[in-house]
Amino acid sequence: MEEKVSEIVQGYGGDKSYLVPIMQDVQKEFGYLSRDALTAISANLGVPISRVYEVATFYKAFSLKPKGRHHISLCMGTACHVRGAELISGNITDMLKIKDGETSADMEYSFETVGCLGACALGPIIVADGEYHGEMNIAKTTKLLKKLGKKV
Amino acid sequence: MTIKIKSFGELKELQEKIKAGRDPRKPGITLCVGTGCLAHGAMKVADAFREEIDKRGLSVKIDFRKTGCHGFCERGPMVIISPENIFYQHVKVEDVGDILEKTILKGEVIDGLLYANPQSGEKYVHEDEVPFYKLQTRTVFGMNSKVDPKNMEDYLAVDGYSALAKALAMNPEDIVREVVTANLRGRGGGGFPAGRKWEETSKAKGSPKYVICNADEGDPGAYMDRSLLEGNPHLVLEGMIIGAFAIGSSEGYIYVRNEYPLAVENINVAIKQAREAGLLGENILGSGFSFDLKVNRGGGAFVCGESSALFASLEGRAGEPRAKYVHATEKGLYDKPTNLNNVETWANVPFIIQNGGDWYAGIGTDHSKGTKIFSLVGKINNTGLVEVPMGTSMREIVFDIGGGILNNRKFKAIQTGGPSGGCIPEAYLDMPVDYDELTKVGSMMGSGGMIVMDEGTCMVDLARYFTNFLASESCGKCVPCREGLQRMREILVDITEGRGQEADIELLESLGASIKDGALCALGSSAPNPVLSTIRYFRDEYEAHIKEKRCPAGVCKALITYSVDPAKCTGCTLCAKVCPVGAATGEKKKVHAIDPDKCTRCGACKESCQFDAIIVR
Repeated sequence: MEEKVSEIVQGYGGDKSYLVPIMQDVQKEFGYLSRDALTAISANLGVPISRVYEVATFYKAFSLKPKGRHHISLCMGTACHVRGAELISGNITDMLKIKDGETSADMEYSFETVGCLGACALGPIIVADGEYHGEMNIAKTTKLLKKLGKKV
Repeated sequence: MTIKIKSFGELKELQEKIKAGRDPRKPGITLCVGTGCLAHGAMKVADAFREEIDKRGLSVKIDFRKTGCHGFCERGPMVIISPENIFYQHVKVEDVGDILEKTILKGEVIDGLLYANPQSGEKYVHEDEVPFYKLQTRTVFGMNSKVDPKNMEDYLAVDGYSALAKALAMNPEDIVREVVTANLRGRGGGGFPAGRKWEETSKAKGSPKYVICNADEGDPGAYMDRSLLEGNPHLVLEGMIIGAFAIGSSEGYIYVRNEYPLAVENINVAIKQAREAGLLGENILGSGFSFDLKVNRGGGAFVCGESSALFASLEGRAGEPRAKYVHATEKGLYDKPTNLNNVETWANVPFIIQNGGDWYAGIGTDHSKGTKIFSLVGKINNTGLVEVPMGTSMREIVFDIGGGILNNRKFKAIQTGGPSGGCIPEAYLDMPVDYDELTKVGSMMGSGGMIVMDEGTCMVDLARYFTNFLASESCGKCVPCREGLQRMREILVDITEGRGQEADIELLESLGASIKDGALCALGSSAPNPVLSTIRYFRDEYEAHIKEKRCPAGVCKALITYSVDPAKCTGCTLCAKVCPVGAATGEKKKVHAIDPDKCTRCGACKESCQFDAIIVR
C-alpha cells in the first residue's frame, strides 16, 4: 500500500495541487480510500491528514468504504429523471435491499445514483460494471440484476 | 507527428502539404464514437469496419475515420460516407459488410439505414438534408465530424492553428479588442463578457497570470463541453493559447470532470501533440511566446464549476467558493490574476480571431452574439446537441430541429440553465433564446441544457428533484444556501408526499427570495429558480398537491393510486406476473384488479401493460 501510494504521488512530482487526482488514482487502485491509504497520502505529499480527510469527505467521487463486487450506477440526470429514473431507483432498492450509496452486506452489490452521464438519448441509463444499458425500464432492470446473479 | 513547427510559414507549408496529400474524391467512412454513440455500441461497429476493410483489402482505397460527437445522439451509431455525404443512422455490426459492398464499392444507397422523418416518413440521403442538421448553424461544433480527435493532422487539414498564427502576429491589445468587439459572452453560466475578463486580467498586476479552462460541466442533461473536448480538443487548446498570449499568461490549467474519461484522454493526447509540434511550450511557432498547460481532474462536486471553488479545488483543497468583492481577474488561482472561461467559450475564440470581432457580432441578437450549442434532451424525439444562432426561437429548436415531443405527447415546459435554471411554459415557445430573454422569464442560459417535458412530468416533483440535487451539492459554507435549501427541500418533500399545508407556497417564495439575496455564490443565489419558476407558471399544480392531495401528472407516489380500466383490460395476466408484491391479480381473460393496500406504486404494471389499461390517478 505504502509503496503504491508513494509511486502515485511521485507520478505527479509530489505536487500538492494534485491532491484530488492523486486520491482518485489511489482509489482506483484499491477500490476505496482506506484509513491507511489516507495516512499514506498525507505522509507522502506532506499535507496534513485533516486536509486529506476534508477533501475525501467533500468530494462525491471518494468512498471511505469498500465497494461491492458488482457496481451499479443509475443516472439521475434531469433527462433520465423525466424519463422515469426514479421508478427504476425504487426497483433497484427493492431488489437489492440497499439504498443509494450503499453496499450489500455480502459485498456483492454497490448501488449509487450519479449526476449526468451525458448519454441522454439513451435515458434512463444504468452502468453495470462499466457496461452501458440504455432505455431502461423496470422490467429490463429486473432482468439485468438477475443476470448479475441476483436471486429473486 | 514529431516535426517541430518553427514559424508561421512552416505551419502554412505543413497545412498545405497535408491537404495536398488528401484526395477529396477518395471514398471515406466517418463513424461517430462520441460517448453517446459509444453507449449505443459504436466501438463494436468500429472494430467491424476495421476488420472488414482489412479483409477486403480496401485499407488503401478508403479512409476510415473515428470522430467525436456529431450531435445527433438519438440516431447513433452514425456513419457518414464521403465524398457524397451520405448519412446512415443506427448502424449495427451486421450493416458493416453491406455498407462496404453496396455503398462504397457500388455506389448504392442503403435505404434501410437512412433517416426517415418520424412524422412524414420522408427519407433523406445526405447529412445536410436531414432537418436536424439543415436548420442548425454549426460553426463551432461542425468541425467535430471532420477530425479524428487523436490525429492532429486532421485538425491542421481544416486550417487548424491558423488563428493562433494570426494572433501571434497581432498586438495582444488588438486581440483583446477583437474579443470585446465580438461581445463573446461566457458559455458556462453567468454570460459575463469574455473580452472584459481578458482586458481586466491583462491589466492586472502580478505574475504569473493563469488562464483556466472550466471543463467541470456539472449540469445534468448538458454535455456540449464534453463533446467539444472529446471531439475537437485542439480547437479548445488553440483558443486557450490565443487567450494566454493576449493576456500575457504563461501557465494554464484545464479542470475537467473525472466522469469524462474520454475527454481527459483526448485532451492529454492533444496537449502532447501540440507540445511536440511546437504549438505549446517554449517559443510557440518561433514567436518568442511561451505557454504551457496542465490537466487537472475534478472530484465530482457540482459547486466546483463556480470559479473560486474551482480555484480551491485546483489548489488541492475542498471546493468552497469565496466572496467575489475581489475579482478573479485580480486575485484568482493562488491569488494571482486569473482568466477563467469554459470550454465552449474558448472554442469560439479561434473563429473570432480568424474572421474578426465584427463578423462574430453580426450573428445573434443585440446583446447575445454568435451561436450557442444547446443540449436538447428529455421527452424529445431528436435528443442531441444543437448549435444555432442566438435568438433562435424555442419552438424552432424543440419542434423543427428537435422533431417534437416523444410519442406525440403534449409539450408542457422546457427547463433551461441547469439545475438552477427555470421552467418555461408553452406560452413562451416563440420567445427568441438569448441570455437576456431567458432571464426575463425567470430562467437562465446556464451552460445551455434544455430539458423538454411533457404532460407526464410533475412540476412540483421536478422542483423537489432540483432542490434535492442543489441541497446535496451545496458546499455548506454559507447559511442561506446550506440551511435555506434544506428547508425548501423539506417543504417540497412534504408537498409531494401529501403533507403540504396552506401557506407552503408563500413560505417557499419568501425563503427563495432570501436565499437569492443572501447566498455567497452563484450556486446558492440561483438555486431557488426551479422552485420559483414552477410556482410562477404552474401554481395550480402546487395547489392541487396541497389542497386536493392530488398529483395531476400522476407522478408523486403518495398521492396516486393504480387501478385497472375494465374497458381496456383483456385479462392477459401480464400485470399480475410483473407485480412484485402481488397487488395486481385476476384470472386469465378476465378483468384484473389492483389492491391499493398492497400496491407500492412501483410502476411495473403500467410499464408492462400492452393495452394501456392501467390508470394512474
